[in-house]
Amino acid sequence: MDREDVEVRLDALADDILEAGGHQDLVLVGIRRRGVQLANRLADIVREKTGRQVPTGSLDITLYRDDFAQIGPRPLIGSTELPSEISDHRVVIVDDVLYTGRTVRAALDEIADFGRPRRIELCVLVDRGGRELPIQPDYVGRAVEVESGRQVAVSVPEIDDDLAVHTVPEEPEE
Amino acid sequence: MSDGRPAANLGKDLVGLEPLSGDQILTILDTAEPFKEISERQIKKVPVLRGQTIVNLFFEPSTRTRISFEFAEKRLSADTVNVSATGSSVEKGETLVDTARNLEAMRIDMVVMRHGAAGAAQFLGDRISSNVINAGDGQHEHPTQALLDLLTLRDEFGGLDDLRVCIVGDILHSRVARSNIWGLLRVGADVAVCGPQTLIPRGLEELGVKVFPHIETAIEWCEALYVLRLQLERMNAGFVPSLQEYNRVYGVTSERLDRSDDEIPILHPGPMNRGVEIDSDVADGPHSLILPQVTNGVAVRMAVLYLLSGGEPEKADAAKEGEA
Amino acid sequence: MRPTLIRGGRLLDPSRSLDEAGDLLIEDGKIASVGGRITGPDGAEEVDASDLVVAPAFIDLHVHFREPGEEHKETIRTGAAAAAAGGFAEVWAMPNTDPPVDNPAAVGFVRAEGERARRSRVEPIGAASREQAGEQMTEVGELVSAGAVGISDDGRPIENSRLMRRLLEYTQAFGIPVIQHAEDTELSGHGVMNEGVVSTALGLEGIPNASEAAMVARDLLLAELTGGHLHVCHVSTRQSVELIRRAKEEGVPVTAEVTPHHLALTEEAVRDYRTEAKMHPPLRTEEDRAAVREGLAEGVLDLIATDHAPHHYEEKEREFDDAPFGIVGLETALGVGVESLVRTGVLTLSELVDRMACAPARAMDLPGGTLRRGAPADVVLFDPNESWTVDPSSFESKAANTPFAGDELTGRVHRTIVDGRTRYRAEPDDRDAN
Repeated sequence: MDREDVEVRLDALADDILEAGGHQDLVLVGIRRRGVQLANRLADIVREKTGRQVPTGSLDITLYRDDFAQIGPRPLIGSTELPSEISDHRVVIVDDVLYTGRTVRAALDEIADFGRPRRIELCVLVDRGGRELPIQPDYVGRAVEVESGRQVAVSVPEIDDDLAVHTVPEEPEE
Repeated sequence: MSDGRPAANLGKDLVGLEPLSGDQILTILDTAEPFKEISERQIKKVPVLRGQTIVNLFFEPSTRTRISFEFAEKRLSADTVNVSATGSSVEKGETLVDTARNLEAMRIDMVVMRHGAAGAAQFLGDRISSNVINAGDGQHEHPTQALLDLLTLRDEFGGLDDLRVCIVGDILHSRVARSNIWGLLRVGADVAVCGPQTLIPRGLEELGVKVFPHIETAIEWCEALYVLRLQLERMNAGFVPSLQEYNRVYGVTSERLDRSDDEIPILHPGPMNRGVEIDSDVADGPHSLILPQVTNGVAVRMAVLYLLSGGEPEKADAAKEGEA
Repeated sequence: MRPTLIRGGRLLDPSRSLDEAGDLLIEDGKIASVGGRITGPDGAEEVDASDLVVAPAFIDLHVHFREPGEEHKETIRTGAAAAAAGGFAEVWAMPNTDPPVDNPAAVGFVRAEGERARRSRVEPIGAASREQAGEQMTEVGELVSAGAVGISDDGRPIENSRLMRRLLEYTQAFGIPVIQHAEDTELSGHGVMNEGVVSTALGLEGIPNASEAAMVARDLLLAELTGGHLHVCHVSTRQSVELIRRAKEEGVPVTAEVTPHHLALTEEAVRDYRTEAKMHPPLRTEEDRAAVREGLAEGVLDLIATDHAPHHYEEKEREFDDAPFGIVGLETALGVGVESLVRTGVLTLSELVDRMACAPARAMDLPGGTLRRGAPADVVLFDPNESWTVDPSSFESKAANTPFAGDELTGRVHRTIVDGRTRYRAEPDDRDAN
């Protein structure tokens, strides 16, 4: 997907999110790192469409990973910044790629430590299948099949100077 | 945060700051930043050390360090056991070697140890595979105290490079002073000490530390003042003639501080002897960083526990790369 | 006793400035003939000494054999075996046992046990004060009659100045030295290592140079006052060397020793809290090491003594503050000497042999320490070029507390002959080990 494709998909995702539940108690929470930029983009689109800035937040799920004992600590932890009040709100978790579901599982745990949202939903730009947990997205930009040996790489301008989705050769397994 | 600096591994144990590099120390401070926020949450707990067992092995009495470590451990979801020397097998004559072997046999993941003998933490670390964190060994080092001090100074000044810090008091017997000297030197700060010559250890100048015999010149020089506790037994051992005289000659008073053009932040590792090394109006004054030090203690200890724990640190970077 | 003919060695006897290839014949426990090609008497045991140095066996004026009282650390027998393995024909055993050797019976026990060991000669040093308490003089005459060769409170200094004066006076009639562990214990406090930048970094209490030198200065003044023979143990500081140099220039009757470890190591060896490097006096700085090396080369410090101080491994396997002072030295003395003095150009090999064999004999007026005809046949055969790795588990000593463990040293003892009898022979396997 090139920049134009991605922008079209994001616009459609914003529509879906608004259609499903409006914007009144909506909170968009991106998972670090690229989910945060996507969440901010979605918030910008929502503001264009509704004239209202919805609160956004970012999650660093490092401390909630379930493979900590295997891979050990990662010295650089991003900060988790959530809007002061998420209880009784509709929280939409935003991430770039949904794969095994383990990251989303960690994000759910972390959000629960901040409060009890009315509802939590999941929005991803790309669903590449391969789930290892019973987690499904509510909003999907595009579902793709990925050949074995390759993986999905999302680029966002803030990090990668581009807005695009590619498949690239897979990093070796840990 | 990290300023693009590569994160540095710490190795198995944290025995002191002397063997660490500036990058390693800054990695710990950077890692402490996100942990500060966890203590502000409604649920002050993350699951990262779930299932890990940590023993707090205190051969010397301690309240604040032990509590600070315990908070840090619990907020990381570790299981903790506290062992103090009183009533333990240590009093029955068990050697540190045997203590180490027993801990090893119980499959402990980490040991936080305070001990009266310099080198005890390294001794233990060399003999068990668990991570060992030094919570104070004799007059050697107290690395987590210095790390929380560095974090507090960095919060206050925005950076540590070239910062002029003077440590006042009983340097000779102080593990806090030693760890702070190493830590400050490693991150590029300028370090001085001030106190009666009887309480200044030999060879500090060789390490690049200035020595001020007078508190007035020290205050003139420094940007931050670190005040150490003067223990009563130093008087009995003849290092100073009396606590009253110590206060008159070296006490940090608002009168002395007021003579400086700048406002000098004050740190103290606690517990304070008010009216001896520090006057109450300074300790409770607007430039006292003493309570932020305590707050930062938990975050820094969380960072240290986090960085030392877990599987193989060298895999961490690979994991980060491989993440989609 | 069967005669022994040592063939084809390098005869090295600093007492006679002898350094040449040749044979050595031993008969009736004495040196019978030295040099040239010797035709042995019938039935003589021939020893092939090609590639080996044949020298007067070493004499160590300062060892601790722990018996009676601490036999788990060392016994007189194991200590004497360690001495023989190190090339020593004679060792002087310090009296700080439990109880101390402060009476004639105890002196007799040490001497008899040493004879039973049938290794190196073990000569007892008597305590200087009763129970080594530093107050009342021992019965020095009785101790000497029982076989004591000197008196000392080593382990502790003789701090009482009046007692020290009386000892230096009283001992003169018996021709024995007052052997002093020079230390001002008030200045040492609870110190466990040298005071300086390393002790500051490690957070360990330091012992300043002045702690030793102040006592050396006092003792030299008392030796000058009394004319008694003062022997200063294990000199470790630059200041002590200077004081002794000046005193000798003024004719004060003083002799002094230095240990292999103070010649080889500095306080840096203590880093990482290595209890194997904890000893009294402590390892000092580079400057001090240079001074004791220079002092030894110039003869200000007369001789090398090991201060062999065995401890059980459990006692050293603990916190630095709580570990005992001292290291073993008998079986590494030659190797450490060659490695740190000869190979560094501080001494020639001949000078090293002098400081380990001839100088102790000169200092204490002993018959050994020479290959002169008619002298006691105390002979060591060693390979000055053979390198070996220190493995404390193979020591004859019961103890293994050495900072040189694992180090590669040069110079290895092959045979030690005491009064004409071979008391130590290296296993042939050992010779091929490296």
